[in-house]
Amino acid sequence: MTKEKKLTPEGIVKYFKDEFKTKIKDTKIKKKKAGSKKNEGIYIWIKVDKSVFKDTILHLCKLQFPHLAVASGNDLDKTIELIYHFTLNYEQRLGEIILNISVELPKSDPTIDTISDIIPGALITEREKMEMLGVKIKGIPDDRRVFVPDDIPIDVFPWRKDKTGPEKFYKNLHEVKK
Amino acid sequence: MKQKTTTKTTYHIPIGPIHPALKEPVYFEFELDGEKIINVDVKLGHVHRGVEWAGMKRNPIQILYLAERICGICSYCHPAAFTLAVENAADIQVPERAEYLRVIQGELERICSHLLWAGVAAHEIGFDTVLYLTWQIRERALDLTEYLTGNRVTKAIMMIGGVRRDITKDMIPRVKRDMLYFKDNFEKLRHVFLDDKTVKMRSQGAGILTKEDAIKLCAVGPTTRASGVKKDVRVGESYFAYGDLDFNFITPDILTGKINGDVYDRIIQRLLEVKQAIELIEQCIDEMPSGDIVAEPKIPKLLNQLKKVNGEGVGRHEAPRGEVIHYVKFDGQSESPYTWKVRAPTYNNILPWIPMLKGEQIADIPIVAASTDPCMSCTNRVAIVKEGKRYELSKEELHRLSIEKTRRLMK
Repeated sequence: MTKEKKLTPEGIVKYFKDEFKTKIKDTKIKKKKAGSKKNEGIYIWIKVDKSVFKDTILHLCKLQFPHLAVASGNDLDKTIELIYHFTLNYEQRLGEIILNISVELPKSDPTIDTISDIIPGALITEREKMEMLGVKIKGIPDDRRVFVPDDIPIDVFPWRKDKTGPEKFYKNLHEVKK
Repeated sequence: MKQKTTTKTTYHIPIGPIHPALKEPVYFEFELDGEKIINVDVKLGHVHRGVEWAGMKRNPIQILYLAERICGICSYCHPAAFTLAVENAADIQVPERAEYLRVIQGELERICSHLLWAGVAAHEIGFDTVLYLTWQIRERALDLTEYLTGNRVTKAIMMIGGVRRDITKDMIPRVKRDMLYFKDNFEKLRHVFLDDKTVKMRSQGAGILTKEDAIKLCAVGPTTRASGVKKDVRVGESYFAYGDLDFNFITPDILTGKINGDVYDRIIQRLLEVKQAIELIEQCIDEMPSGDIVAEPKIPKLLNQLKKVNGEGVGRHEAPRGEVIHYVKFDGQSESPYTWKVRAPTYNNILPWIPMLKGEQIADIPIVAASTDPCMSCTNRVAIVKEGKRYELSKEELHRLSIEKTRRLMK
């Protein structure tokens, strides 16, 4: 699946910028040295618009089929941010590139397309985002809960920091039920 | 236990949340046709403790010790990944000596974990003699861990910006002596696992994961490498001192010349990794530079520095079971992180179970499920629903089925 062309972090950022222009909101390349030989670890952060998210993943797969480590998420008050952590070039010695693609969803309509049809391994992490952050994944083949037990109401999302968060479940733990 | 509508020829067997092959709770529902597995469904979450949420109420130093308690066996990997994430977010440079010390601790944990797994795998197919043999060797690894860190399991060795304990000159002879011991015994283990006819019969061709499936389902660690995918964070990324050391990807074809992706290959994979870990520790001992072991020894100063950080970071470490990744975000106002996301390797190795188990027999469930070295949290009961009637199969019985199959094959 690996293409002959060598992927560089700058090349990857350029590839996405050429393709999606203004829909790419923010890019950042971070390098960190480690050890005595000061070899670098490479981290790319790309923020994309919600409308091109699925296209971005499709284009990424054309570049090279990535390894999806996990998707993490933040509750940013007005919006919910999802960050997909991918790994590229993992078959090369010291060549790994960590590509973090983030997308912001408004809380009024936190819907996003599934990527589990492109990368089947994304299923569990997408199900987790549904139950933890209350995002809706369109077209997910399996929408059951993964980690959250069934006795937690469906409108409570453990990672939210607003009123749909889990506050009421721990605030009065000291009070014994009579 | 919900009853699904199926054809008359198949029936469902739920396994877990308490399960003999896994030392921790997870729930499987198997659809069976006679002895053959047609389909598998996995349910998780029986030991979800909300660790990430608890972490968002603590400061980074407290989280180190919380992260250490996520997993009993990977008690070094989680703080390691968390530290890397914090160091990436806060741009902390770690002293060179500390990077080497971190590699030594990480590889020592790999030896402990893989030996533990080898014992469990032998137990699952009914070779308890080998279980005692491997765990006797593992005991030496634990003693060495205690000697180096002060503890056998929760080591509390990681610190943001370095490590907490140095390996001094007078400690090195003991480390070298133990490495020689492991090398001698490695040959013994290699002979027991790889040349034994019965182990081969039980594991060759069982629980096959193809390379395509491993890539598509994003499997990690020895599970994916045994299927021929060269994915190892230690080799691929420069972190700790791994970028300085001389080593490369290991896949089972180094020994056998071809990759099958079965249970046997996963045994080979782990044994080869034990050998690699021994070599890495020896390299580190020889090449370790002198100097500080921590960037900022004063913890209040460090916490103050972290409090001002506004940014995010990802930390990845190759745990014995595969890549562990932590994501941390600081908002620059609070002492505790805004978000902390932990992903343990088994999270990604759940889906690959499905293609592995399909087409296998009930007696193969323990060894196939154990072959990915799952890490969830322990148990003893299996219930079978057969044609609407429910009866229970105890851990002992499932284990007995597994042993019987071994005996059958030996005849």
